[in-house]
Amino acid sequence: MTEMLLETRALTMQFGGVRAVDGVDFALAEGELRCLIGPNGAGKSTFFKLITGQLRPSAGEVLYRGRPITGLEPHDIARLGMGIKTQVPNVFDGLSVRENLWLAARRRHVGRAADRSVEEQMDRLGLGALRERIVGQLAHGQRQWVELGVVLAAGPELVLLDEPAAGMTDDETRRTAELIGEINKTHALIVVEHDMQFIRAIARTVTVFNQGSVLVEGDVADVLRDPRVRDVYLGKKVAA
Amino acid sequence: MIAQVSALLRGHAGTTALALVGLGLLFGLPLGLETYVLLQVTVYVTFAILALSLGFVLGFGGILCLGQSVFFGLGAYTYGIAVTDMGDSTIPVLLSVAVPSLFAAALGYFIFWGRISDVYVGVITLTVSLIFFSVVNSTAGPQYHIGAAAIGGYNGMPNIPGINLPFEPDDTLDPNGVFYLTMGSLLVCYFGLRWLLTTTFGRVVVAVRENERRVELLGYDARRYKLLALTLGAAIAGLAGCLFANWGSFVGPSVFSVVQSAQILIWVTVGGAGTLLGPVIGSILISWLTAVLGTQQTLNASLVLGFILLVFVLVVPGGIAAVARRARTAAARLGAFGAARRIGREAHPGARP
Amino acid sequence: MAWAGIISIDFLYAVASLILVSLGLAVIFGMMRIINLAHGEFLVLGSYAAILSSHAGVNIWVACLIVAPLAVGMIGFVIERLLIRHLYGRLVDTMLATWGLSLFVVGLLTTVFGNDTQGVSAPLGPIHIGDYQASGYSLFVIGLALVVLAAVYGVLRFTRFGLFARGTMQNADMAAALGVHVSAVYSTTFALGAGLAGLAGGVLAPVTGVFPSIGGAYIGKAFITVLSGGSAILAGTSSASVLLGAVDQIGTFATNAVFGQVGLLVAAVVLIRFMPQGITSRFFRRSL
Repeated sequence: MTEMLLETRALTMQFGGVRAVDGVDFALAEGELRCLIGPNGAGKSTFFKLITGQLRPSAGEVLYRGRPITGLEPHDIARLGMGIKTQVPNVFDGLSVRENLWLAARRRHVGRAADRSVEEQMDRLGLGALRERIVGQLAHGQRQWVELGVVLAAGPELVLLDEPAAGMTDDETRRTAELIGEINKTHALIVVEHDMQFIRAIARTVTVFNQGSVLVEGDVADVLRDPRVRDVYLGKKVAA
Repeated sequence: MIAQVSALLRGHAGTTALALVGLGLLFGLPLGLETYVLLQVTVYVTFAILALSLGFVLGFGGILCLGQSVFFGLGAYTYGIAVTDMGDSTIPVLLSVAVPSLFAAALGYFIFWGRISDVYVGVITLTVSLIFFSVVNSTAGPQYHIGAAAIGGYNGMPNIPGINLPFEPDDTLDPNGVFYLTMGSLLVCYFGLRWLLTTTFGRVVVAVRENERRVELLGYDARRYKLLALTLGAAIAGLAGCLFANWGSFVGPSVFSVVQSAQILIWVTVGGAGTLLGPVIGSILISWLTAVLGTQQTLNASLVLGFILLVFVLVVPGGIAAVARRARTAAARLGAFGAARRIGREAHPGARP
Repeated sequence: MAWAGIISIDFLYAVASLILVSLGLAVIFGMMRIINLAHGEFLVLGSYAAILSSHAGVNIWVACLIVAPLAVGMIGFVIERLLIRHLYGRLVDTMLATWGLSLFVVGLLTTVFGNDTQGVSAPLGPIHIGDYQASGYSLFVIGLALVVLAAVYGVLRFTRFGLFARGTMQNADMAAALGVHVSAVYSTTFALGAGLAGLAGGVLAPVTGVFPSIGGAYIGKAFITVLSGGSAILAGTSSASVLLGAVDQIGTFATNAVFGQVGLLVAAVVLIRFMPQGITSRFFRRSL
């Protein structure tokens, strides 16, 4: 078996009496694009927080390239090459678009190289016209793009996107789907999304979360045909 | 007028103009002022340095340090004790910067590695200043001394030797020399901080203020940047403390007092957090006001300062700097000068912590 | 044996006075997330209310236990309406505004009463234990702290206001949707916290006397207690008071009262490194 890029073993997060993430075994290969779906409260965002070190798991392990990273600080994990776009836009609202991207690029590049990397990302995302705008004054969809730019400018190997298309127009959503395909040429990705249209457009392998556990995992077409998946989305009780 | 001046203060032309004004004051004031006025100006400039220290920590680092007087007081006492023991002032001046910095680094470790919220940081730092005040206040009596220097409790330490030329203990600075040193320190601190804010370190410090979580998710250790920002602020406050003890040849426990801490915060709040020039201007205005209040009996200074803080928090958030910025934006809208694009770029909202 | 009795009374008195001095701050912090930097001045106002009314002929017990908390409670109510209300959700600004208020009150008191210390004598004489003496008033303060804890518990646990207040504390929007008059709950809570501070000021007035800036002497201990305790008002304040009272007493016996305070501060700072949300984030989590 080849070494996985990211792996979790029996990963568990308990808040008081609630198990938001409950014994999740998960594995992502190098270069893979994986979609996570599941109803609200299924534990997807908590799962992301556990992987990126924003939360410390109650039990279980996270491995990155076979190396245990459980309990490391978020900045240590980020330095290993993990970038995340969070559910609520998480950017520097008081700084300009260019400054936002520069802070990300500066972590890996020095001097001119950082500036070049910023320009590349701005071209790629079509942010050039907004470069000197203060991010806090931009529309929600634009801020989503800025955050994508920030994540990519940091040059991660694994990109986590939590609901990248939330609050975007149809046109923006389509562009986001294209962009994800393009990112996936060079990076591994995990994408959490609700929009089934979007999932169909981008996904190959899908993992379905329900009540903190993995309900089913497999090829997108099979998973979306699975009656259990339809049931959890409609709120029926499932015998997993 | 305000609008034009504050527009000028941005950008390279502004930096040059400000540097020229600073140098003009540095060399001009000793020529134009009588000695006792110059002494008064010197203490205002000392306070401006102190205001700058909190202006950086609070306005750019976003660290709610309500006990900046601790570092000021530590600097003042360190200088007083060390120079009394050593005679020559060279090492004591360096110590007065080093001791508060080390103390800030130790305190910052507990605060930032514990990841406590802003409000907690405020309460802890304020409490530290309260306890320093009460401890130093009760060290009267001959048993409390460090070397030959008695700490003196509520009586303070009188007759502190003045600063001399490096390693020349007999060459003590005259009032003009003290002014050159103090004003020169202010200029170095001010332009040094402006430069620092253009470096990667400075930008990350500001980014931490804007969004600590995002900074960490990009791979920067936010705690370390906050610790360094607090430590740098403490170093500058310590320098101000040293200059203050030298200025009056005296230091008493009131340098640690809550009122002292509150004053520093009021300077910054009135001048405008999130700028460097604002706190400097705020400190000079408020110090002048306090001096005027001290000459009359009807209005208590604490009453007035408390009222000013209330008014600025409730009615003028962002302080004088924000008012100037709004005036400038309004002027730009009227087309008084056509730099509207630049203003959009520079009007950083969220500058308040 | 008698000596041990005296030591325990000293210790319990230290704990009790920490509880009294901190409880008002803890109520306002626990319910409203506001750190009231004018807490020390609320205590001072309580002391002045007690001493002035006692000088005016009011019975000393009535002055300390009724006039002081009522007067300061009313002042707190008014301040919430005039000041705090306009800053809800802006925690840092609220804190700075209460700092402004604190300076303002000190200035006002100095203008009115001058800087002289005013006092009133303690109403209870000494009590003899073997060869030793304890102050009867200390025993009274210890008993009072227990009564006040029980009373606050009773109010929060069993009254309508307590239920509304706990609901608002958990989720203000939901409480409002259920018909709770949230703004009235806030002003009552603030008044309650202020009243508790006034009570502490009234009760301690015979022990310490009062002058306008004495609030600074109380407030450091109150801050440390509330920070160390965490957000659970009663469990936090009591557990932190016991812990810090012990540290204070040991420090004071080992050196003197000043360095006892340093011990308090060091204990609190170290505690916060390992339990940033206070003792009650790890222990007694479900309590009030």
